[in-house]
Amino acid sequence: MAKLEGELTWKDLEIGSIVVEPGNASQYQTGDWRSQRPALDVKRCIKCGICYIFCPEGCIIQNAEGYFESNLFYCKGCGICACECPTEAITMVEGE
Amino acid sequence: MAKRVGIEISAAIGEAVKLANVDVVASYPITPQTHIVEHIAELVADGELDAAYIPVESEHSAMSACLGASAVGARTFTASAGQGLELMHEVLYIASSMRLPVVMAVTNRALSAPLSVWGDHSDAMAVRDTGWIQIFTENGQEVIDNVLCAFRIGEDRGVLLPVMIHLDGFHLSHMIEPIYIPEQSEVDKFIPPYQHPLPLNPDKPVTMGAFGPPFIYTETKKAQEVNLTAAKEVILQCWEDFGSIFQRYYHPVETYHSEDAKILLLTMGSYSETATMTIDTLREEGKNVGLVKLRLWRPFPFAEIRQAVKDAEVLIVLDRALSFGGPAGPVCSEIKAALYNEDKKPKVVSFVGGLGGRDITPDGFREIINRGIEISRTGSEQEFEMFGVRE
Repeated sequence: MAKLEGELTWKDLEIGSIVVEPGNASQYQTGDWRSQRPALDVKRCIKCGICYIFCPEGCIIQNAEGYFESNLFYCKGCGICACECPTEAITMVEGE
Repeated sequence: MAKRVGIEISAAIGEAVKLANVDVVASYPITPQTHIVEHIAELVADGELDAAYIPVESEHSAMSACLGASAVGARTFTASAGQGLELMHEVLYIASSMRLPVVMAVTNRALSAPLSVWGDHSDAMAVRDTGWIQIFTENGQEVIDNVLCAFRIGEDRGVLLPVMIHLDGFHLSHMIEPIYIPEQSEVDKFIPPYQHPLPLNPDKPVTMGAFGPPFIYTETKKAQEVNLTAAKEVILQCWEDFGSIFQRYYHPVETYHSEDAKILLLTMGSYSETATMTIDTLREEGKNVGLVKLRLWRPFPFAEIRQAVKDAEVLIVLDRALSFGGPAGPVCSEIKAALYNEDKKPKVVSFVGGLGGRDITPDGFREIINRGIEISRTGSEQEFEMFGVRE
């Protein structure tokens, strides 16, 4: 994309605003919708992966140590992971 | 050489769809449109038209299936009316916004309640702002000719927009008229193959109708508006080419004895033919009246309307739909808006009539014209008057 998305004029759009680059939704930072982020207390985490299963954004990945982490570029801060966590290892906190 | 045959207009639409070699028809039957899709279903079942006929469960699904078909590059047709058109309402915007040239015949019908299957323009006016090209017709020949033109206009690479052909329910849809049905070879030459430049294709994936956040939505709507307005040039060219081949000519605004007329009546659809009889009679009586017929509803023909009425003193507009609580009938509102900033313009008088299949006879149009002249002189306490209503 030659122009930044906020610089596109109506003349720059494909007909019908058709998206011709497959999968380019991955460039969209849904993380900036967030008002709270999930914080993981590794002492409480049992690495069960329930947060991974329930995350509606699919933005939780397992790291090398086996803990499940949210990708904050995409995490919308919905709090479902914190709600579902059986050991209350995840809490929703203000800020980045 | 085209044959002139006596045929019900609904069946003739089916013949036009066959001549256009449509690929997909998805539809749900509703009075007074049913005969159109019944005839197409027969043509497909009999092997006369090689098309997929999808008998869907609702009009919402009909239009949705048409979108999908059009998006892969299939020539697509459907038909609806009244409540059916309302049920597919939200999908109509998607067809125009995604630039999918579905063609739809609308047998104009009143809206419930009370339940009315009979004709008026309430359904058409409710879908006014859906971004479709919209053309009104006044007899069977005009319907067939414009259904054929609709494929060529809508599928034009510079247009790629859906097209509605409006015909009055029953007054046109169920009439048997002598109609010239063109030869297949003529139609093949007139309508080039449909090729969407960015179709749904697994080999080259695209996304249609993706979400548009605030930073881009305004630009998408500007592009759509420019596109629909610019389609007028293609429509004019199509009608000119159609005329040179078939010797029948169409224009965005058509007139009848309007050149020197101080009093003008404006109508849309089949009632225009009745109104011409009244104009003939009044002319014989030496009265200086004429008729203006609005054919192209979207994109709205501002220049042609202004040109057609600029020398008149009084313009009487008949709407077959009611904008409840509004300033006038929907057509008259737009005519007034088109003329408001003009230096030279007639007084505009608004009538609403012909609702729910109520006939307006030649004598009725005489009453409308006489009352319109009276209102232009004395004024009226009402923004518009309902013609023929029993007080």
